Amino acid sequence: MKLEVSGLNSFYGQAHILFDVGFEVGEGEVVALLGRNGAGKSTSFRSVVGLVPNRSGKVVFEGEDVSRLPPYEIARRGLGYVPEDRRIFTELTVEENFEVGRQEARPGVATWMPERIYALFPNLGEMRKRPGGHMSGGEQQMLTIGRTLMGNPSMVLLDEPSEGLAPKIVEQMADAIMTMKKEGLSIVISEQNLHFAKLISDRAYIIEKGRIRFSGTIGELEANPEIRDAYLAV
Amino acid sequence: MDFLLIQALSGLASAASLFLVASGLSIIFGVTRIVNFAHGAFYMLGAYAAFTLTDRFAGPLGFWGGLLVASLAVAAVGALMEVVLLRRIYQAPELFQLLATFGVTLMVQDLVVLIWGPDDLMGPRAPGFTGAFSLFGRLVPTYDILLILLGPVVLGLLWLLFHRTRWGVLVRAATQDREMVSSLGVNQKWLFTSVFALGVFLAALGGALQIPRTTVTHYMDLSIIVEVFVVVVIGGLGSVTGAFVAAVLVSELNAFGILVLPKISMITVFLVMAVVLVVRPWGLFGKPDAAPRASAGISVRPWKPMSALERGGVALVVLLAALLPFVSGSYALSVGSEILVFVLFAASLHFMMTVGGLASFGHAAYFGLGAYGAAFAVTYFGVPMEAALVLGPVLGLVGAVLFGWFCVRLSGVYFAMLTLAFAQITWSIAFQWVEVTGGDNGILGIWPSAWASTPQGFYWLALGVVVVGVAVLRMLVFSPFGFGLRAARDSGLRAEAIGIDAKRTQWAAFVVAGTFAGIAGALFAFLKGSVFPETLAIPMSVDGLVMVLLGGIETVSGAVVGAVVYKALAIWLMSQTELSKLVLGGIIVLLVVAFPKGIVGFIEDWRHRRPPAPNGAGPEAMGIAKVEAAQ
Repeated sequence: MKLEVSGLNSFYGQAHILFDVGFEVGEGEVVALLGRNGAGKSTSFRSVVGLVPNRSGKVVFEGEDVSRLPPYEIARRGLGYVPEDRRIFTELTVEENFEVGRQEARPGVATWMPERIYALFPNLGEMRKRPGGHMSGGEQQMLTIGRTLMGNPSMVLLDEPSEGLAPKIVEQMADAIMTMKKEGLSIVISEQNLHFAKLISDRAYIIEKGRIRFSGTIGELEANPEIRDAYLAV
Repeated sequence: MDFLLIQALSGLASAASLFLVASGLSIIFGVTRIVNFAHGAFYMLGAYAAFTLTDRFAGPLGFWGGLLVASLAVAAVGALMEVVLLRRIYQAPELFQLLATFGVTLMVQDLVVLIWGPDDLMGPRAPGFTGAFSLFGRLVPTYDILLILLGPVVLGLLWLLFHRTRWGVLVRAATQDREMVSSLGVNQKWLFTSVFALGVFLAALGGALQIPRTTVTHYMDLSIIVEVFVVVVIGGLGSVTGAFVAAVLVSELNAFGILVLPKISMITVFLVMAVVLVVRPWGLFGKPDAAPRASAGISVRPWKPMSALERGGVALVVLLAALLPFVSGSYALSVGSEILVFVLFAASLHFMMTVGGLASFGHAAYFGLGAYGAAFAVTYFGVPMEAALVLGPVLGLVGAVLFGWFCVRLSGVYFAMLTLAFAQITWSIAFQWVEVTGGDNGILGIWPSAWASTPQGFYWLALGVVVVGVAVLRMLVFSPFGFGLRAARDSGLRAEAIGIDAKRTQWAAFVVAGTFAGIAGALFAFLKGSVFPETLAIPMSVDGLVMVLLGGIETVSGAVVGAVVYKALAIWLMSQTELSKLVLGGIIVLLVVAFPKGIVGFIEDWRHRRPPAPNGAGPEAMGIAKVEAAQ
């Protein structure tokens, strides 16, 4: 297994957000974490990469328990994270945003250079000196993915990569994620509905009110419309 | 005309050091979000270290090398402080960070005197720049020209550092979003340490470069830090360019202000700062946002008015205090009166800080204005004590109305810095306007009326005033005004949405706190029989803050306990040791790091301790509503 998460309980202050969340991702697999707004998708991701201080449970990445490591150590082991709200550095240019994400090449993992990312997202190549704050939502989404790729991760958590994007950009995003998969990356994406996720995912989990409610293949999920209707946005 | 040019050049030369120190402060703030009060102390240490090194190693290499080595050594000290102290308090409320770094400032003041002695030191001239050249028949020191050129050079170097190196890009990224930077695999710890070291290096270099121009003194830290605060408030915290422009502006204003208003030259700077704050509250080159941080609160426990039992307990304590004159001598009573005065002072600051969420670093201004007001009333109008005790605080009130109007436009560290700057301006007026205030000699002969002139009489007067004052402040907490104030503190936007004018409410709280501080100050004037500029000075403000912190920042009236303990301790300490600042600074640092809830907060925690929840049982089991929405 590439990533094994089990018994994850997370809190924001007094509020208990995640209840014994667990999921697994195999080597080179694309897994979707589905759920409505507020179901606990982002908190799950943030807990895995060490950004929720108040949490318990186990996160095993490439066979090693990383649940007590600080976020930068987890990132340096090759577990990349692309946040939902993009969080690009608005004052920094495209090139500088990439520079922040840059890490040493990792043996056995695809190595990313700015040129390769410009090939993946040609729009970005045309605005290398533009500050992140002066870009459209779709361009910012490409930038935040590219920035994480610059760390040469072997696995990426993508938090709602299609959110708020024009259909044409969504297609481009799906192509890019498939390219990443071909490069051997393991990927977890979170989404509110099946439309985008079914294009690219092998398996899916459904989370609702902080608990995992379903686990199975995309085919199984499509064959069970009642589950889909109960837990997902249309 | 030529005279004006010379004056302008002199101003530019002064701007260089000011820029170095201010840019250091700004860079540190940008990344760590800490306003490093100890920045003035590092400036001073830089000057002292450079003095020692250049004194020992003569010649050009000794001099310039000495400056550089001194600055690097001080930067290393700064890095050590970051690792040992600041890393523990990055998550703490801003007030705690300011206080902790102020504690370090206090310690450095005593250490400097311990190492280098109390006398002013005269450094060597810079080799190769000892002369002056003639401009329109006037002499301009060549060293000044060097400094004038140095400013833009350092600005350029910093720009290159931040835009052309990986380290600089990481720093700029961290300035915007620290969490994201760490999610991308950057170890922030060392980024913070290196940024802090760079900032301290700049401060120390600013100090070291001053030794050929001015004497090295053990009080140069506080004078520069106030100027630096003014510079970063005008230029915008976090902006190096802003620091440069504002440093030039402030230095020029100082240089020309002396010509216009020789007695109160700070006024010109104050006026410019006021205009900038009204037009652009975040400074000329700053950014509006500055992510508002949560209020001072560490934990949440709703405040309640006292129960009947608690009221009885308080009444008993007051009764016992009233009986003190029957059992103790004059000295104990005058100490008691002084403690009472500070109880009211601390309670007024506490009201503003905990109920209003406005942590003032210049509350002494209103205490001192009350004291001076009473002294003016007695000296210039010949009124008796009873009237002066009313008139004096009016001056505190007026000061709070004026300064408060500007201050409540800001929040957090900006608020703290601005209150400090206003207090310092008030101090410098009291210090410089000798004709009216007597300057350093103060105003003497402020004696109480006959009935209150015995230690017993004055003690009872103070007790009466202070008990009523504290009671009124406490009643305000549980009045509609107090609720509105707490709403404005916890969420300004939501308070506005339900019809509370947040700024106006905070302004009112500022004025209330200033007035009660003024009452304490007026009492203080009659207790001492005199008024000096010290009543307005920074240490007085910080005493108040420490009392509040010691009592407990989250309590309703913890400052009362804090003031009694702190003042008694301080008076005892003064009689025991020469190094009271070192001890006091150490206590402040310790308090912030190890005991952040204060005495009363600690007791309340203990009283309200909940049995730990059984494993797995979340807040649901404890009857606390579960938050459904989660990101």
